[in-house]
This record gives sequence, structure tokens and C-alpha cells, in this order.
Amino acid sequence: MTKEKAMPQKGRQEEKYFFDKPENVRRVIHSLVVICVLLFALDFVLHRHSSHPWEHMPGFYAFYGFIGCVLLVIIAKWMRMFLKRPPDYYLKEKQGDKINTEQTGKAGGKDVAP
Amino acid sequence: MWLPELPPFMPFMIIALFVFFSRGPLVTVLMLAAPLWGALNLWQLEQGLLWQVTLVELQLMPLRVDKLSTFFGYLFHLASFFCIVYALHVRDKVQQLACLLYTAAALGAVFSGDLLSLFIFWEMMALSSVFLIWARRSADSYASGLRYLAYQVISGLLLLIGTIFYWQEHGSLVFTYMSLQGTGAWLIFFAFGIKCAFPMLHTWLTDGYPNATVSGTVFLSAFTTKVAVYGLARAFPGSEILIYIGAVMTCFPIFYAVIENDLRRVLAYSLINQLGFMVVGIGIGTELALNGAVAHAFNDVLFKGLLFMSMGAVLQMTGRINGSELGGLYKTMPKTTLLCLVGAASISAFPLFNGFVSKSMVMTAALNQGYDWIWLALLFASAGVFHHAGIKIPYFAFFAHDSGIRSQDPPNNMLLAMVIAAALCLAIGIYPNLLYQLLPFESAYQPYDVSHVLAQTQLLCFAALAFLWLNVKGLYPPELPSVNLDADWLYRRLLANVWLTLSNKVWQTDQHIRKIFLDKLKQLLALVAKYHRPGGILARAQTVGNMALWIAILLACSLGLSFIGL
Repeated sequence: MTKEKAMPQKGRQEEKYFFDKPENVRRVIHSLVVICVLLFALDFVLHRHSSHPWEHMPGFYAFYGFIGCVLLVIIAKWMRMFLKRPPDYYLKEKQGDKINTEQTGKAGGKDVAP
Repeated sequence: MWLPELPPFMPFMIIALFVFFSRGPLVTVLMLAAPLWGALNLWQLEQGLLWQVTLVELQLMPLRVDKLSTFFGYLFHLASFFCIVYALHVRDKVQQLACLLYTAAALGAVFSGDLLSLFIFWEMMALSSVFLIWARRSADSYASGLRYLAYQVISGLLLLIGTIFYWQEHGSLVFTYMSLQGTGAWLIFFAFGIKCAFPMLHTWLTDGYPNATVSGTVFLSAFTTKVAVYGLARAFPGSEILIYIGAVMTCFPIFYAVIENDLRRVLAYSLINQLGFMVVGIGIGTELALNGAVAHAFNDVLFKGLLFMSMGAVLQMTGRINGSELGGLYKTMPKTTLLCLVGAASISAFPLFNGFVSKSMVMTAALNQGYDWIWLALLFASAGVFHHAGIKIPYFAFFAHDSGIRSQDPPNNMLLAMVIAAALCLAIGIYPNLLYQLLPFESAYQPYDVSHVLAQTQLLCFAALAFLWLNVKGLYPPELPSVNLDADWLYRRLLANVWLTLSNKVWQTDQHIRKIFLDKLKQLLALVAKYHRPGGILARAQTVGNMALWIAILLACSLGLSFIGL
């Protein structure tokens, strides 16, 4: 697990809510950036055996991960343009019927403890 | 031994019968006893045990114990154990019986040695699991359950028809390796494909699972798809087409997961993504790849169960599950947050978590066999799964903006179930031999070497950096209350609209024909009325005198005629 994930737990005991303080958020961001830089630097230090020619490139996994994710999000955002519909889209299919709005609240069903 | 040897599904069936007639704390005890008794019973069964029955002229094998089925058998006992612990507070007979019978059916399916027994358990799985969706008792879940059931029954029918063809082609019903040749094998392949959520056949999963009850979803995520993976691994290992199907399955759901608002549906998409890794492994078909596929199935049950449980806890405690309505829950649900983060790290395959030790087997196998492009696709999917399941789920539920919700952690039994799953995720991640020794093939695979660990950590940390960068730049798509079109649009909208238009046309034509007929009838009636209405020529009353006069005239005429003629 990355450092940023483990921190809120420790932080909770010291003060009220960890991420309410902007400097804590900044600290998490900075530590992630430092970790990334260190990992990138390790590529030049450690010898890696590789089975694919691209793996020889220093920082291949780093670039692939970064660019892959940015592309993923940008394409997904673009997909929203033609895939997004209002939440009651399928409820409207019952033409003539009154739309049952009671169900949009997503209650937890009958799983409530006695 | 002091316990009778039973087929693995029997303990669950027997307990279900007892649960049906009992109430109160006894039910809790019985439910907990089911997986324990089942596991003990399975432990007694020897490898290679075979029960044969001859029905008319059919050779059936309702029980076959070998390494592959035992592996899935233990997995299902483990899954049902933590699912039952998670659902201990539920006081709903329908769900309790459904989950016991569902587990029994899944166990029956993996231990069936012939296709007919497999079909029976296949259908039993469909019929019992749908009640976990209907048990939510809302109009939405009822409709969704019907769609789910339709898919499952179609899969069952394909399996039955395929079995009949297969029997005619090969004269045998034994459920074993079959190459993809002949109608029978293809139909069985598609039957498995539906349950394995192949692309375009996957919508029952993303539609049904988020509509099930809090604990129902956890059960659902553990069994149906894993039985399909087992079926593919048993019957079609090494079929090249599976590699490409699997690669598509790993990649397309992550796009949907990024823009989906319902967090349990995000997990459903990510379940398809994980199934993709297993399907690729089965398609490659080497010992390493098959080991990787079934090991990943094992791990997926653990971490996906854990994630579904944590999101179930959020739904249970807040009544909300949409990312757009949640946020800031870490403040009052710290335990759930931590457990969810363990699940997120596991599914993202961080070193020391269980996803890492199985996913890397499949990826290494893909590289070893020269499937470079597939390997790149899997690498992309690995980064993507971290993005949507590893970051998005915990981020939008527990961090992000403060939604103002101050719910507490869920009841202890739910926390305990999550702790069990999280502990197993970590245990397998740190000591992979726990899992490796159960695998169907001998393996000397070592997941932890410098190259693997460094590569995976770099990939994931830079994926996290990408998320951070996009968020800071404001490029990350916000969670919006919306429905995203998927393949289910084809039958929920297109087919529904075509049907509506068609039935409208039929109705209009029918109306038109009726109108013409009515018009003609009216004309006829008008004609009749014209002559028969009061004062009409045919309706005039005649007096007796008149009639007598006419008769007298007629008689006079005939008399006159007789004089002329004669």
C-alpha cells in the first residue's frame, strides 16, 4: 500500500480529522511525488532481467503507467459524451405508466439489523 | 472416519433443510456450521474418488474429486464462510436459504463429472441466486432479477442443447477436455461464456449485482463467474480464442468503471476485468498460465469479496452507494476505510498483497508464449484496475469532498468477515506458498524478484501520480448521477422500442381493419333500418281489412285469368 493510504488512520488519533488540514494533503502529495522520483531513479541503479525488448527502456513501466492512465481517463471522459443518460433513463421506458421514483433512492433493502 | 462421506453439496443442502424449519439463534449456529461441516467433509474425500450412476443408458458421474475441483471446492467453502459471517445479522429466511442453496449448487457444479449433472447444478445456481437480487424487494431489483434470470436460463439451455449435441457426436457425457470443434462444444462454450461475462454477454452481471442486497452481492460475486472459470479451465484450456476474448474483457470495463457512479457497479465492471485475466490464462493453457488463472480466481474471490463487503457496509450504514453522494467517510468509518484499502491494494496487485502473486503468473505466461500485444493490454488493464478499483472506490467513498455523512462502522460481524478476507489477502501476498501448494499443477514460480516488484511498483505509483495530476488539473471526470449506456441498451431500449413500435403497428392495423368492418356493418344496419324503422316500408303495420281486400283482389284476378285462359 502506498504511504498516502496508510496515513489517515495514524492521523486520526492525533487530531480530529486528518485531511481537513491542507498541509496534510500537501504532505501526502509530496510524498507520492518523492516515491515516484525514487522509483524512477531505481531503474538506473538496479539491474533488471527482462523478457520483452521494451522492458530495457529505463522508466518503461513508469511511462506506461502514467500515460496509460491519462489516456484511460481522457477516453472515458470522451465516452461520456455519447454514453451518459439521466439516471431515470430506463425508468422512462414504461410509457404511459407513472415513473416509479421511489426506487431511485437505493435504500439498503431489508438487511437492517434487528 | 466419524462423519459419513457425502458429496460436497450435501452438507449445505441438509443445513438448508434444517434452517427452513428453525428460527432464532439456532439459525445462526446452523449457518455457521454449514461451511465448517462442508470443509471437513471435503477434507475426508480422497483424490480420484468417483461416483458412477447409470441412468437408463446414460453413464453419469455426480461426484468426481480431483485437484482442480478440490481447489475450487475449498475456495467456495472459504467464500461461503466469510459471506455467512458477513450476513449473520440478516433476519431474512429467503436470503439465508438462497445463499445456502446457491453455495450447494456451485459446489455441485464443480464436482460434477458429467455434463448432465453439471446442467442440473447450473440451473439450480441460477434459480437460487436470483433470490439474492429479489430479496431487496424493490421494483428495480425485481426487474433486474428477471433480466438476470433470463440470461442464466438461456445459458442453461445452451448447456443442455450443447450436451445433447455433444452426446450425439461423441457418445459420452463425461465433462472433461473438449476441443472447440462441433456444435456441441461451441454451444457449451457459449453457455460458459455467458456465465463468465464475455464481452456483450456481460450485462447481466453489471445489471444484477448492484441491484442485489448488501450481503447478496458478496455471495453473487464469489460463485457464478468462478464456476464458469472452472468450466472453461476444465473443458477449453489452450483455446486461443480465449486469449483475445480475455484481453478485451480486461480492457473495456475499465473505461466504464471510470465514469460509473454506482460504486458497486464499478466493482462489477472491475470483476469482469479480473475475469479477463483468468480467461487469458486459460486461453494460453500452459501449466503456469492455468495455475495463474485458477490462483487469480482464488484471490479474486477474496479481494473482490472484501471490496464488495466494504461497499456493502457503506450502503448499509449510509443508505447511499453513488459516488456523487458519498465522501469523507474515513472520519467516522475508519475500520471500514482501512479494510477497503487492503482490498484496493490487493486488487491492484501491490507487492505483499495477494493480487500480485497470481496476476504476475498470467502476465509472465503471456510473455513467455510470445503474446506481446496481449501482455501490453494486460499491463494497461493492470494500471487501469488500480485507477478505478484501487483509487476511485476508496477515494470517492471515504475521502474526496466531505459529504457531511457521519455514519459509524458497520456491526461487528460485518467487520469480522472483512477482517478474515483482508487477513487472507495479506497472508497469501506475503507467503504465496499457502496458495501455490493447492494449485492443480506443480509450480516453481517465484513472484518476488527485483524485476517484478520494481516494475509493478513503478507502474502503480505512476498510475497514482496520473490520478493526482488529473485531479489537480481538474481533468478528472466528476462523479455524476447518470446511467451509462452499455450492451443492455440493446434489449432494454432498442429491442423494447422495436417491440413497442411493432406492437403499435399491429395494434393500429388491427384498429384499422376493425374500423372498416364496423363501417360496413353500420352501412348494412342503416340499410336494414331504412326499411325496417318505424314508418319504413317493410315495417308498416297492415290491418286485417287491408289483407282481406288484397286477398279478395288476388282471388278476383285469378278468377279473371281463369276465364281468359280456359
